[in-house]
Amino acid sequence: MRSASLAVSVNALVIMQAMDPSRKRRLRLVIALSVAVLLAGALVYTSFNAATEASTPSGLRSSVTPGKSYELTGKVVKGSIDRHGEELRFAIRDRDGSASVPVVYTGVVPDPFREGREVIVSGALERGTFNAERDSLVTKCPSKFTEDKQT
Amino acid sequence: MSGIGAACLFVGLLCAAYAAISGVYGGLSGRRQFVVSARRAFYCLAALLIGATAILQAAFLRSDFGYRLVAEGSSTDTPTFYKVTAMWATQEGSLLLWALLLSIFSSAVLFLTRDSLRAITPYATAVLAVVAGFFLLLTVVWVSPFDQLVQPPVEGSGLNPLLRHPAMMIHPPMLYTGYVGFAIPFAFAVGALVTRSVGADWIRATRRFALIAWTFLAAGIMLGALWSYTELGWGGYWAWDPVENASLMPWLTGTAFLHSIMVQEKRGMLKAWNVSLICMTFILSLMGTFLVRSGILESIHAFGASTIGTQFLIFIAIVVLGSVALVVWRLPDLRSTARLDSLLSREAFFLLNNLVLLALALVIFWGTFFPLISEAVTGTEASVGPPWFERLVTPLALVLVALTAVGPMVAWRRVTPAGLRKVLVIPVAVAAVTAGALLLGSDAGSSLTAVAMFCLVAFVLAVVTQELWRGASARRVMTGEAWPRALSSLIGRNRRRYGGYAAHAGLAVLMLGVAGSSAFAEQQDLRLAVGDSFRSGGWEITYDRPIARVGDDRAGTGAPISFGAQLTARRGDEFRTLRPSRNYYPAAGMEEGAIGRYFEGEATSEVDVRWGLGGDLWTAVRPDISSLRGSIEEADRKFAESDGDVRGLIITAIAEQYRRSPPPASFRAISSPLVSWIWIGGGILVLGALLAAWPAPQARMRRARSLYRARLGRDLTGA
Repeated sequence: MRSASLAVSVNALVIMQAMDPSRKRRLRLVIALSVAVLLAGALVYTSFNAATEASTPSGLRSSVTPGKSYELTGKVVKGSIDRHGEELRFAIRDRDGSASVPVVYTGVVPDPFREGREVIVSGALERGTFNAERDSLVTKCPSKFTEDKQT
Repeated sequence: MSGIGAACLFVGLLCAAYAAISGVYGGLSGRRQFVVSARRAFYCLAALLIGATAILQAAFLRSDFGYRLVAEGSSTDTPTFYKVTAMWATQEGSLLLWALLLSIFSSAVLFLTRDSLRAITPYATAVLAVVAGFFLLLTVVWVSPFDQLVQPPVEGSGLNPLLRHPAMMIHPPMLYTGYVGFAIPFAFAVGALVTRSVGADWIRATRRFALIAWTFLAAGIMLGALWSYTELGWGGYWAWDPVENASLMPWLTGTAFLHSIMVQEKRGMLKAWNVSLICMTFILSLMGTFLVRSGILESIHAFGASTIGTQFLIFIAIVVLGSVALVVWRLPDLRSTARLDSLLSREAFFLLNNLVLLALALVIFWGTFFPLISEAVTGTEASVGPPWFERLVTPLALVLVALTAVGPMVAWRRVTPAGLRKVLVIPVAVAAVTAGALLLGSDAGSSLTAVAMFCLVAFVLAVVTQELWRGASARRVMTGEAWPRALSSLIGRNRRRYGGYAAHAGLAVLMLGVAGSSAFAEQQDLRLAVGDSFRSGGWEITYDRPIARVGDDRAGTGAPISFGAQLTARRGDEFRTLRPSRNYYPAAGMEEGAIGRYFEGEATSEVDVRWGLGGDLWTAVRPDISSLRGSIEEADRKFAESDGDVRGLIITAIAEQYRRSPPPASFRAISSPLVSWIWIGGGILVLGALLAAWPAPQARMRRARSLYRARLGRDLTGA
């Protein structure tokens, strides 16, 4: 298939070489623009299709499409971290608020992960528990080193 | 001392303002002495910033916690090596570093062009002064690196443990050198536009700076990837994180620029394109600096919200609007003096390579800023993950590598299909043989993308080898030199060309590593007790014994406690011992208890890698210290008032307890084929770029000049 398309493009080259220059230029412009439009279209289409919506614990409570993936942001609730073998259980609460959601996670736990830290995790809500995708946990850099700057 | 530092910055700001005004006035009035004085103001600025940096570094080295920056970013127990680097781990310090590098680079380029480009330099000086002035304004008005604390703490917070890695010492300055370096061609492009001297002169004067900036940016990106691979404990080198992407975008547009300026130099085409590209590259560089600190995108790199986001955005907006206006205003002067003769020409391939690079940059830009785009369009914030990036970037990367091979083989102006076929026949054959061997002789067929990339890599390497061979054999015929001598003088005489080929080969080798490791890596997460074993990538790996070290800091990171595991890996006759571990840094506060704070602070994975050309075996461990909690709590109660020596003894005892009865620990093992070639390819790419940037020997330049003069004399006398 690849060689066929190669042959087609070589033919196109030959045809273009035979044309007069101004038509040739116009044709080139049209081809270039359509490629650009195609790429832009692919960009817009795939990104909106593949995107994961961001949400917060309170956001998940108010409106949630079952089975749909969300990117949950919030702070790890104090005293909620619990390890069961490979499974890590913890709860995430709103950045400033008390609404919280329990999370079940497997995979690599980032080094700065800790109670009270801000985390981002992707997954879907199932029967009130947020089932996180493997290795999707991201912990923002420890506030200890930046807390003075945040004010 | 801090007063002197702050004064240096303030006087520096005045120097920058003076250089900007004096440069523009000198340019408008044609009074040369004002331009010279603007240049000297830049030398002065560089000296002042070197002084300011020295004062700040001295404060870091002697742990003077009277400086807010030192108290927040360093501590007495931070190893000296990392005290030096702590400066650019802080926002204020990194701004100072930016301004310092910019002033040094600008002084160098203004010194080198002091006798040339008389029309352009006044405005270029002014642009550089405005950029330097912006960074100084930030440090003078909003975020001073020399802030003093009224009550200095006894001990500082320490450098973030994640940044305690040798690659982190040089990664930020390298990245910044890259970002800053692009300011120079940008400034000269603006100067060229203002004065309508849009020939190739500004390119010739700053090309080398663009290339050096590009090289440093490449090296910086590679070091960042290496840091991610060996320090972050997840085993990958690229996560499509906003800050990583931000450094890649100017590199891509910079690559496009380095290629398309050749078209302008040789053929007088693509003038508008080149000035637009360098403006874009510089704007993306500013954005890269801004994103690290802005907090507008979720990133592990976004170290807390910044206070200078608005100022940055305003400055970037000014640069964007100014660049667009300037290019549009001068569009009539930017017309090409030649036309594209044929689609089968070097010019056309450069254009194509530019479009692919730009498409890559656009894809990455879209994905990086997608949360903002989505919020603006649909009202909900959403983001795209690595799979999206990979799906769009992979085909473009394949095309790019193919162009890397074909481009150099195509002559300027036009080439006949037959001529092209002749030079490509051997490389295509090599690629075809590679494809056949991989599909039939190995199980690489499970990833056709990887096979395609391997073939293209073989294609590029074959092209480069063939070019070297052709050049050297032609030289041998001409001069009768032996092979090694012919090859070395061939390269020595055409540094730019062969440096470029080396960079192409480096990119191909790098892609070999990327394709191999992303298609065939085998990752396992396991929980093992002592004596358990598992298999990974042909290795039989056994958890031998636990490691618990106290006060034995071999990596020089300043961590008092380190728990880990000794693994034995066996493959055939080969034995390897791997010692991944986890460093525990004490928490700053006392609420975790006198002993507990040593275990409850930050912890970082210290991975252990068995490096190999065929593939790496990467291991990380997360010891389970929950079984020690009882002992720690008991110790906290009993020894709350104890002194350092007693605490040391207790911690040693707790470590001993872990060593004697270790609970099962969590491991991650990755056998990643060919991943080492990423670093090797990156190294080749950087060396190739340095070769291309290396100035030609003085003697040769003089000879060329005298030959030119002689010919000119002949032409003038009509002989």
